[in-house]
Formats: sequence, structure tokens, C-alpha cells
Amino acid sequence: MIKVQGVTKRYGPVTAVRDMSFDVAAGEIVGFLGPNGAGKTTTMRILTGFLPPTEGTAEVAGYDVQEEPIEVKRRIGYLPESPPVYPEMEVNSYLEFVARLKGIPNIKISAAIDAALDKTSIGDVRGKLIGKLSKGYRQRVGLAQALIHNPDVLVLDEPTAGLDPGQIREVRELVTSLAGDHTIILSSHILSEVADTCGRVIIISEGSIVATDTPDNLTARLQGSGGAAELEIDGPVEEIEGLLAEINGVQSVSRGRDVAGHSTWLVQSGEQGDPRSQLAQVVVNAGWGLYGIKQVGMSLEDVFLKLTASEKASPVETAPVPSTVAEEKDGAE
Amino acid sequence: MRNVWTIARRELRVYFTSPIGYIVLAMFALIFGWFFVNALIIFSQVSVQAAMQPDMGGLNVNQYIVQPTLGNFTIILLFLMPMLTMRLFAEERRQGTIELLLTSPIKDYEIIWGKWLGGMLLYGCMLLVALVNFGVLFFYAAPDWKALMVAYLGLLLMGGALMALGAFISTTTENQIVAGSITFGLFLLLWVLNWATQYSTSAFGELAGFLAMPPHFEQFSKGVIELKDTVYFLSAIALGLFLSKRSLESVRWKA
Repeated sequence: MIKVQGVTKRYGPVTAVRDMSFDVAAGEIVGFLGPNGAGKTTTMRILTGFLPPTEGTAEVAGYDVQEEPIEVKRRIGYLPESPPVYPEMEVNSYLEFVARLKGIPNIKISAAIDAALDKTSIGDVRGKLIGKLSKGYRQRVGLAQALIHNPDVLVLDEPTAGLDPGQIREVRELVTSLAGDHTIILSSHILSEVADTCGRVIIISEGSIVATDTPDNLTARLQGSGGAAELEIDGPVEEIEGLLAEINGVQSVSRGRDVAGHSTWLVQSGEQGDPRSQLAQVVVNAGWGLYGIKQVGMSLEDVFLKLTASEKASPVETAPVPSTVAEEKDGAE
Repeated sequence: MRNVWTIARRELRVYFTSPIGYIVLAMFALIFGWFFVNALIIFSQVSVQAAMQPDMGGLNVNQYIVQPTLGNFTIILLFLMPMLTMRLFAEERRQGTIELLLTSPIKDYEIIWGKWLGGMLLYGCMLLVALVNFGVLFFYAAPDWKALMVAYLGLLLMGGALMALGAFISTTTENQIVAGSITFGLFLLLWVLNWATQYSTSAFGELAGFLAMPPHFEQFSKGVIELKDTVYFLSAIALGLFLSKRSLESVRWKA
């Protein structure tokens, strides 16, 4: 559905996007992931025909973005980073205006407005001025705008930026519900969002693609570089530390916060991967109380940081700090 | 054409959902009305004097009322037109809605024509307000309606030219105040350029004299359509719209 080949975009001396190529199949949900200024928005603007690429070609539904921009624009619904709404217009008349702009025939306009209002569940504010709406509603009006002509491709630039957690979940559910009928590209610097909604992730850093894969594969691919386990033990602290560190394959042992009088430990192992059964055996043999043991995987955030960091500086040799809480933190952003 | 109309209709609607349209129209009605009443009173005094002096003959309503008030009309335009044009594109750029327009399946020139037409529709409202004043004349005198129609054609052309040039300036910035100030400066310059003809007979003086806008309207206000004036206004409209298109393209490149 989307074919991008060797696209480069320069603004004067600054290269925002460098030789980028990727394909998106029909019905796929693809997430652009990258820090701010990585080139996500520029790439999306090239796809939507807002910006011409300096080099390379982009095709949407078989039409070249530069050769046949009108055909491309007919098939794309685009939600820019800040929703392109007129604060002085009512939701209804705004959507009517957009419907006309997108070339929907007059007799189908009111049906199209109703459908868009329904999908984004903003029917209750249809008569209100957009300027009076909350950020979440305005975002959904923006989404309704992108959906109104039932486009093949949806391009959503940070659709959840600036929303509260509840609204984020609503938008996420909405995007998931749109999958299948539409090919969706969305961008984000929030990892959990991409991990939850996208079938495939394209990680962009400094204008280039650093990785493309499913969220699971990306995590798995980097897991080999070190596994880790978290333990909760009741026993003498000094002895535990010494004994755990002696286990074959363990690289480091660090003590965490005490929980209910038990000490917690984070144990990093080398290439061998899962050290849990060995750890459990040692703890039980020593006669201590084992209150918990769990594997700590690398979250997508770690993958992301690792990939984008190694892009900038020389590859970091130390194993990344695993975290499970990172995802919850992201959601609240 | 449908796309042009879509843009124009929204434009006109926004003038009236925001206070701009009402303010501009109200100010125009007030000031133009004041000019008109003054011309009327002076005319009636002069007529009384003329009646006592047989050799002066009858006074012409067009020459004594329509023409001077039309001259005043252009002064009001100088001030009010920048208020209409400054928001046309600058507001879209600031709000980011320009991205909606530029990613919709419409052509750049349709956006520009639509914007221009939308502004012209509000300008048309101003012309209608002025027409109410002139209408009064038809009750008490017999002004030459053909000359008035020609004058209105001239007003449409001049308004169109100012609208196109103002629209262009609005495409160059995100800041409405900046757009408004530059537009007003440009218009003022167009008004006084022909001062150069008073001291210079060189090519520069001639050029400055030709570029000045009010002299081109003068013939129209007398009821005379001259080719060079018509061409002047039409080229100004074309230039403004062309520059707007170019500028809009550069918005894409720079954004």
C-alpha cells in the first residue's frame, strides 16, 4: 500500500531524513518510533504530499506522491501533530467543510459526518465550538477529520500526545478498531503505545531507520545480550550477596529496596540467558526463604534506548538496566 | 470550482462567526455614512447658491456627490482592507490548518482563489452598504446610474487588486499583525507613489505615477472605462494571486 524508496529530505544544510526505504502492506499498522526530531513528522509529511522529498520516491496505493498528489491525497487521512481544527467553527460545520475538501459528493456528506462522529464518539459535542472543547475532544475531532472520507491509509502523527491516560487508552482502542479496513501509520515517542497497537515498528533515529520488526521480535533480538532476574529473599544480607555472585554465569548482583523485611536482588547473567532455576536452587540449599523470583525482560524502551544510543555514540558494552516499570511510566506521560 | 467555493464559503462564514466581519462592516457604514452626509449637505448649500446665480446652470449629482464620496471610499479601503486580508493565510499557518488544506485533494490555486473570493464576498457586503447610501440619491435626484455602475466596476477591480496583494503578504508570515502592517504600508505607498510626478518627469516619475493606484480609479469614478486602468487592476490581481501561489509552494518547502 505504501512504498518508500531512498527518500531524503534536506532543509538547507540540515538533513531531516536520510535515504529512507520501507514498505507497508495493506491493512498493516506500523509505528514510527523515535526521539523528537528524529524525522518522523517529516517522513509523514512527505507521504501525505505536504512536503516534497529532496530525493527518492514515495508511493501510496500505487500513486507517486509527487506525480499524482491529488490521487494520493484522496486516499490518505492525515492527523498532524496538532489537530488542524478551526477553533471558531462548530464541530459539525468543520467536518462538513473537511468533507467537501476531501471531495465527498454532496448527498453523501451528512452520512459521512455521522459515521465519523460515531467512530470517534464525539456525537455529543457536534454542535459545540471546537475552541471550547477539551484537548482530548479536539484530538478526536482531528481524528474524525482524518477518517471522514474513509481513506485507505491513515497517517497519525503522535495521536496521543498531550492526552491524559484515559484518553490515551480511548485513542489507542479507536486506532486498533480501525485496523483491517485501513492501513495505518502512526508515530510516537511513547513505546508502550507502539508495542500495544502496532504490528510492526520502525525505529527512526536522526533521519535513518535503525530497526524494523515486530515489537516482540525487537525485544527478543536484543534479549540475547543478557538476561536478568529479580529475587526476594529472607536471609542474612552479606551471605546472600556473596553466594549469589559466585554462581556460574552471574555478572553482577545489586541490592534493591527491602520489601516487608525481605531483601530484594537484581541478578544480571551473561549470554546463557535465564538463570532462575540455578538461583532458586542456591537460595533453597542455603536454607533461606525464597519469597519471589521473576525474570526481567528488556522492555521496548530499553531496546529503543539501546538502538538510538548506539546510533549516536560507540556501542555501549554494558548491559542495559532492565526495567518492567518503564511501560507504566510511559503511559502517564 | 466546487473546491474554490468550499474555501470561499468557509472564509465568509468565519468573517461572521468572528467579530472581524461585523466590525469592519460597522466601521465602514459609519465612516462612509459620515462622508456621504457631508457631501450631501455641502451639495445642498452649493445648490442654493447656484440657484441664485443663473449663469452657473444645474449642478450634476454624480460630479458633486458620487465622485467625491467614491474618492473617500478608497481612503477607507486603504485602512480596512488590510484587516480583511491579514488573516487569510497567516491564521491558517499559525493554527496549522494550512496542513489540512495542503494535504487535501485540491490544487494550490483553488485554495488561493477560494481565499480571495471569500474576502471579495465580504468586500461585496461593503459595496452593498455603500449602495444603500447612493440609493437615497435616486429618491431626490436623478443620478446617472450607468456612471455609478462603471464606478462600482472600478471599485470591484480595485478591491480585487488590494485583496490579491494583501493575500500574498498574508502567505509570507504566521503573524497577522506583521501581515497587516506590511499590507498597510504597501497600500499607503501605492496611494502616494504618484507624488513623484510633481517633481520628476523622468522615467522613474512616470513609472511611479503609473504604479500609483488611486489615479487608475479616478476615470472609473467619472464613469469612464479606460483600457489602461482595467489592465492595471487586472494585472495587479493576477500578480497578487500568482505571488500567493508561489509563496504557498515555498510554505511547503520550508515547513
